[in-house]
Amino acid sequence: MNFWLELVIKLVAVLLTVLTGALVVIYAELKAGSHMQSRIGPYNAGGRWGWAQPLADGLKFLQKEDLAPAEADRAVYGFAPYVVMMSTIAVFVVIPFGPDLWAADLDLGAYFLLAISSISVLGILMAGWASANKYSLVGGLRAAAQLIAYELPLVLAVVAVVIQAGTMSLNGIVEAQADTWFTIGTFEVSAPFLVRGQVIGFVIFMIAAVAELSRIPFDMPIAESELTMGYLTEYSGIRFTMFFLGEYASMIALSAIAATLFLGGYALPGIPDSLANFAGPGVLLGKVAILIFFFIWIRWTWPRLREDQLQRLAWHWLIPLALVNIAVISIFKVAF
Amino acid sequence: MTTPEMIHRSEAAVSVELQTPDMTLNLGPQHPSTHGVLRLIAKVDGERVRDVEPVIGYMHRGYEKLSEVRTYAQITALVNRIDWVSGFANEVPFILGVERLTGIEAPPRAQYIRMILTELARISSHLVFISSYPLELGATTPLMHALREREYVLELIEEVTGGRFHPNFNRVGGIKPNYGGGSTTKKQSMDLPAGFFQRASEAMDRMDKICDDIDQLVTGNELIKMRTVDVGVIPAAKALEYGLTGPNLRASGVAYDLRKIENYLPYDDIDFDIAVREGGDCFDRYMVRLQEIRQSARIVRQAIEKIPTGPLQAKVPRVLKVPKGQVYSRAENPKGEFGYYIVSEGGKMPYRLKIRSTSFSNLTILPWVLKDELIPDLVAIMGSLDFVLGDVDR
Repeated sequence: MNFWLELVIKLVAVLLTVLTGALVVIYAELKAGSHMQSRIGPYNAGGRWGWAQPLADGLKFLQKEDLAPAEADRAVYGFAPYVVMMSTIAVFVVIPFGPDLWAADLDLGAYFLLAISSISVLGILMAGWASANKYSLVGGLRAAAQLIAYELPLVLAVVAVVIQAGTMSLNGIVEAQADTWFTIGTFEVSAPFLVRGQVIGFVIFMIAAVAELSRIPFDMPIAESELTMGYLTEYSGIRFTMFFLGEYASMIALSAIAATLFLGGYALPGIPDSLANFAGPGVLLGKVAILIFFFIWIRWTWPRLREDQLQRLAWHWLIPLALVNIAVISIFKVAF
Repeated sequence: MTTPEMIHRSEAAVSVELQTPDMTLNLGPQHPSTHGVLRLIAKVDGERVRDVEPVIGYMHRGYEKLSEVRTYAQITALVNRIDWVSGFANEVPFILGVERLTGIEAPPRAQYIRMILTELARISSHLVFISSYPLELGATTPLMHALREREYVLELIEEVTGGRFHPNFNRVGGIKPNYGGGSTTKKQSMDLPAGFFQRASEAMDRMDKICDDIDQLVTGNELIKMRTVDVGVIPAAKALEYGLTGPNLRASGVAYDLRKIENYLPYDDIDFDIAVREGGDCFDRYMVRLQEIRQSARIVRQAIEKIPTGPLQAKVPRVLKVPKGQVYSRAENPKGEFGYYIVSEGGKMPYRLKIRSTSFSNLTILPWVLKDELIPDLVAIMGSLDFVLGDVDR
């Protein structure tokens, strides 16, 4: 196939996945959250079940005036949302949806993933600094401190997976999980890494992911009761929409990463290889949906932690635990 | 050419210690967590609050002055707007004060109805706290559940008085006759609406249920405890020093409840406990209020059992002229001691009305208790004091 045509198709596919996916997740959050609060939630938009609510919200945001404070550093202020959005979308490039369904299969896929997703910190810091607002500044600094603290356990949890799989390619990691683990008679048993001893790693990854996403209980950078809206305070219109969509898109991204690394990605035991390319996206999205429900569930149940408590959790518990996890996984890898 | 003076000056400039200036963070008057239009000017060093200066008065409506040109019967309509989440409870001390000045005593049935409605107002006020406090800590779900149950209480108040928030139901010497009530005889039609007691006791069962639910959702929540236990500790001595009353004082271990001390509504006939906690931190202030919902439900149930029959209104002259004199009348409101100092020069209107509003006195401790706390704790502590800005500014 023509290189450029292929590139365009891949770009459009990734963009569509990200943006429609984000809208679906927003709808899910509106609906699930309201049922947890004994409300109905969106009901009229779109005629039925309020399915068009995220679209309507998006349209409303697009019509809003794009304001920038007089003191703002306009170039940085305007560019920040796109940095955040870009780093989120770039994550999807390496996520495999089937044995042959991926935008790029990098040898250093896991490495690329972690590197590119931490660029969003930069965007948030830019937003916090350039807004020329004290709440934004505090929010941006909190975000930076928090994301650095949680980048470490996230990376360490991934390192354990890489050690177990023996490769950094995401496709390779999925294949390692689809491989035969052990056999009972002639029956070949394969299982995702979560079952094969990565429970601690998975829990650490998910906690760190919630912190990366700045969602409750780790939403201190936004913390509307303290900082009005943190680094988002001054944003409006399309730029706010970018942050908003980016937040939900990165929720999908992190869930997809977790599903790929710990839950077997597109592979599901029992699905024959011939069908894997067709069933793969569905299987992956199913796993992503389960993880996203957990994110939503936590969000509507818990209050927010304090900044120092969050740092303590990261440095006193998650990072040492992740190191122990790596050691244990390595020993098992070498011994067996 | 360098003179010794210049050298001296440059040395002085070098030896000056580098100081980072504190940032002034202005919270409010429009801010999500200030419950209205409170403004806090905070000097912050990073996340640490070095100094806080509350600025109040954005909601001053001049009720004390307005009262001087209104008759006593008209003032009740003003005073139930002071602390709007417990409107009925504000009327009671005022009307009791006027009754003491005039020497009129309301009949026992009216006293009981006042007591029931005061306790309903207390439940509704505390449910607002229970719902909004977790919200300040970031938990959004308790809000909906607690406010849903509060509707049952507000409906009860509305049934009797006609108003959900501003009942304006007390009259000197009794309560407002209810014309929309029962159906059969004229005597009944003046009384509480038919089936009120039944619905009230059902609603009280719901209150016990929601307290249990909130216990599971909020009290037992490890993260809530992390955010509130040992945060914003007010020792009993400090609480007394700053004139704290109500749940804020009781959370510091002082069993001070005007319902037991002051002899006003028929609380003597009722068996209830004062909710007291020892720690004086945010969690204790929350727990005291949760306990008080249960106690208030208990009071309402007993009052329904014991309510006597009889008239609702004592004999009152058509034009009420209050004799010359002065009185300080106080009552235990949901938020603490609420008092009115009424000065009468004789005549239809008071000469002066001083309102001792609870939230104003409770707020005075803010600069002390917020000093050297973190910004997130500032919100947690401020929320735990449970003030209403209308009550602060009057």
